[in-house]
Amino acid sequence: MQTQPTIDYALHLADSALILGQRNGEWCAHGPILEQDIAITNITLDLIGQSRLFYQYAAACMNESGTAEATEDTLAYLRTERSFKNLLMCELPNGDWAQTVLRQFFFSQFQLLLLEQLQHAGNEQYAAIAAKSIKETQYHVKWSSEWVIRLGDGTAESHEKMENAVNALWMYTGEFFIAADYEAVDVAALKNKWMEAVTAIFEEATLSMPENTFMQTGGKTGTHTEHLGYILSELQYLQRTYPGAEW
Amino acid sequence: MEANKENIYGILSEVCDPEVPVLTILDLGIVRGIEITEEKIIIQITPTYSGCPAMDTIAVDIKMKMLEYGFTEVQVMNVLSPAWTTDWMSVEGKNKLKAYGIAPPQQRSNEKRINALLFEEEKNIECPRCHSTHTTLLSQFGSTACKALYQCDDCKEPFDYFKCH
Repeated sequence: MQTQPTIDYALHLADSALILGQRNGEWCAHGPILEQDIAITNITLDLIGQSRLFYQYAAACMNESGTAEATEDTLAYLRTERSFKNLLMCELPNGDWAQTVLRQFFFSQFQLLLLEQLQHAGNEQYAAIAAKSIKETQYHVKWSSEWVIRLGDGTAESHEKMENAVNALWMYTGEFFIAADYEAVDVAALKNKWMEAVTAIFEEATLSMPENTFMQTGGKTGTHTEHLGYILSELQYLQRTYPGAEW
Repeated sequence: MEANKENIYGILSEVCDPEVPVLTILDLGIVRGIEITEEKIIIQITPTYSGCPAMDTIAVDIKMKMLEYGFTEVQVMNVLSPAWTTDWMSVEGKNKLKAYGIAPPQQRSNEKRINALLFEEEKNIECPRCHSTHTTLLSQFGSTACKALYQCDDCKEPFDYFKCH
């Protein structure tokens, strides 16, 4: 039988993927060009798929331990914002394309390092989901890295937009590496590798690394920005208005 | 019909991928095992991509097809490990893809180097129409998660490439 930390951790991983997926999904039919519209929504589909696998696992653990009756749908559609454990960065508004691709890069690069470790965290189901997801995340890292370079090392205007994106998002990266008590992977140990990867891409993109600054935290334990409630009200509207509705 | 593995594999060879209907689920390599007990038949399948919307449809299609042959107690089980790879796609499946106008995966997954170099693309993907290998990647993400979009530099035809995964 799985313990509460395992359930919380599965929810944390699921929530981050779901909320970022929901955000990226707002680009559907609004992407800068058709191919990139399709790319970001493909990435979204992967994220939603990953969130489903983690929710299914969390639900199975909850049902088995008798803590609550749950399904992947009740976990996504019927929890309120204080019980969501996603990273704050995932819930931020999309901003412009620069901000969207930079957020994807920060997140995917972190997720890749995390999933590598999750394969060896001593939990078979985590390992299976990680091994499956990692193949998809590799594509997300490549795609988003290329966009950061393309815009950073592009025109004066695209460079400026990318710099603005860095300034807007950097304060949400610190949270990645501050462990909540339920985490099965030592996230603090991932920081150096993540910084190395980001530095390499920023150099190529002619972007400067931000100075150490105040970092926002709270998402992992349910203290969110004002944006999450609005996302959930849209995401959960149908199930709350018509409970149990099916396609 | 007798409930034995051979017969059941025969039935499953009639279930097609809803997105790429020339491929059967056996061609795709997503059927991972069959278990026959006194009470029911358990069919194990593995998802191609985590978010592939075809998986739910495939599970329903399997049950419907089994029902046509009189098997009512069928459970379709999702298994995640080992993770699906295009290496499991049959040679016959790859040929069917090509005939359908989709370039099949060209490498083995262990030769794939996604992160080797940025802006590097898989080269020499053969155009399914004119067989030229002078082709260019348009987008790493195509009409479905499993495909990339290429264009032939010779006949100019844009085409889907089933990504090595």
